[in-house]
Amino acid sequence: MMQKIKKIKKPLAVIGILFLLLFPVIITSSYYLHVMILAGIYVVLSLSLNLITGYTGQLCLGHAAFFGIGAYAGALLMVNVHMNFFFALICSFIISGIFGLLLGIPALRLRGDYLAIVTLGFGEIVHLVFVNWTELTNGPMGIRSIPGPSLFGIELDGNQEFYYLILIITALVLFLLNRLVNSGFGMAMQTIKADEIAAESIGIYPVKYKLIAFILSSGLAGLAGCFYASYISYISPTTFVYNTSVTILAMVVLGGLGSLTGSVIGGVVLTLLPEVLRSISDYRMIFFGALMIIMMIFKPEGFWGVSKRVKNIYKIKAGGAQNERDYESR
Amino acid sequence: MFVQQLINGITVGGIYALIALGYTMVYGILKIVNFAHGDVFMIGGFMGLILAQTTNLPIWIAYPLAMLITALIGVLIERICYRPIRLHGADALAILISALGVSIFLENFAQLVWGTETHAYVQKIQRTAYNIAGITLSNIQIGVIVLCIILMIVLYLVVNKTKMGMAMRATSQSITSAQLMGINTEKVIALTFGVGSALACVAGILVGTYYDAVYPLIGYSYGLKAFAAAILGGIGSVPGAMLGGFLLGIVETLGAGYISTGYRDAFAFGILILVLLFRPSGLLGKKHVDKV
Repeated sequence: MMQKIKKIKKPLAVIGILFLLLFPVIITSSYYLHVMILAGIYVVLSLSLNLITGYTGQLCLGHAAFFGIGAYAGALLMVNVHMNFFFALICSFIISGIFGLLLGIPALRLRGDYLAIVTLGFGEIVHLVFVNWTELTNGPMGIRSIPGPSLFGIELDGNQEFYYLILIITALVLFLLNRLVNSGFGMAMQTIKADEIAAESIGIYPVKYKLIAFILSSGLAGLAGCFYASYISYISPTTFVYNTSVTILAMVVLGGLGSLTGSVIGGVVLTLLPEVLRSISDYRMIFFGALMIIMMIFKPEGFWGVSKRVKNIYKIKAGGAQNERDYESR
Repeated sequence: MFVQQLINGITVGGIYALIALGYTMVYGILKIVNFAHGDVFMIGGFMGLILAQTTNLPIWIAYPLAMLITALIGVLIERICYRPIRLHGADALAILISALGVSIFLENFAQLVWGTETHAYVQKIQRTAYNIAGITLSNIQIGVIVLCIILMIVLYLVVNKTKMGMAMRATSQSITSAQLMGINTEKVIALTFGVGSALACVAGILVGTYYDAVYPLIGYSYGLKAFAAAILGGIGSVPGAMLGGFLLGIVETLGAGYISTGYRDAFAFGILILVLLFRPSGLLGKKHVDKV
């Protein structure tokens, strides 16, 4: 069974990548392209949140705030300073990361539910600042005509260019996070999630790992925000609210806490679903809420979480058996 | 001006305290934050409105009936959404996410059923304002403050003087030991959710009457502020929730009056974050030490 999956996995991946690469060529409808770009943004957001909530076990309910900080930072830099999109992208990563650090230093000493509330409060405060600091953010009116990216004088603001850009960004983020969570650092994070006291007893300093995960997570959310600002070319405080945080969390939870594949699937499915089922889009949030409860009762690991862990165990067992057979044959 | 603001603050604070009690009681026993509590408060407000609007019942029947229904909803939420996860022995994150799911569900359910608009509340009590030495005081304001204080005293007596209250306190110390002593802890937990939800319903009706408005998203901000109040007083402590509620109401009203109204909500969250950072056990809470 496992072998079978392994055998078809590679061709499937190749087909998937080819499909994603040729998507704008196959499907020329700009609406579908738009939905796919949004899905890409949400995948980056859910991947980044998964790092802190799924892998390190710290519930963060203010992810939209980092998304917003990145969007505003990027937009203001591009509009006021006429900074190039790619530099703005890096700057918003850094600025969001700094805010993550500032919130993280004190907040990450708190346990799960307290942290959830603090990040929620932080999200609210950031939203209030967006609305009330009119001199900088233009208040509820938002920031208009944010320029698109350009490289060496070539404008890259068509939907196709945006699609390939977000595809590259998502692939890069996915690659980096995959390296990270499978490294010793990732193991330490998962140990903290499993049991913080046990982690401390074997020499893992939780605050350090949580903090780095938090900074990276908020930075990546900021990056997604900057891309969003440039793509939509208009931002207002209404995008960066509690509901957005919850939507991102739903993607992570339903896809599978502590699974990168799960986050990708969760991000894509939960962006596409309301678009595909336009008729039930009023019920979208009810559906998310109910699904979160049902998921926690019956399958707390999410759709993709448990099979991943099972696969890992099998891998170790299969590897062990292989060695034994080698030993016997010798 | 100052005294006026103070009285307004106490009125709002009493309402915060009533909601905060629900948070603190559930946390005291189960050590979970019932995220859905703010939305139970909203449902309570709507229940009061609907019962007073559609039926011709006098308020002294309609409002207790609303309390009863809200209490049942609270118990049901625990029964359906928390208990299975709790008995699985899953980690706290799972219950937290489930609670969040309940909150999202209730908010959007209410928006679907009652619409997103603000509903005017049925005014069964004639509003009269008294003017004492330049301070305006309405009979509703007095009623809110008096009712809050009475309910708090009753709750305090129930928790500290009755057998059920003793069972509650025992359960909050250790569920397993309480079970060994022959206490039906599931019943205690259900009762805690019921009482907390009924108090939230009273708060919902009071807010509806005082501000003449309920809307489906009202539970979000009130729930958060009440949670901030519970933390400020020391979560798990009943007198702490009362103190925290009043303090938060006063600080918020004074802050909005003297500093900036735009950042009105930020004061509560600011206090919340500061308390969590510098004194996580709150004003009256016990110090909590993680043991292996």
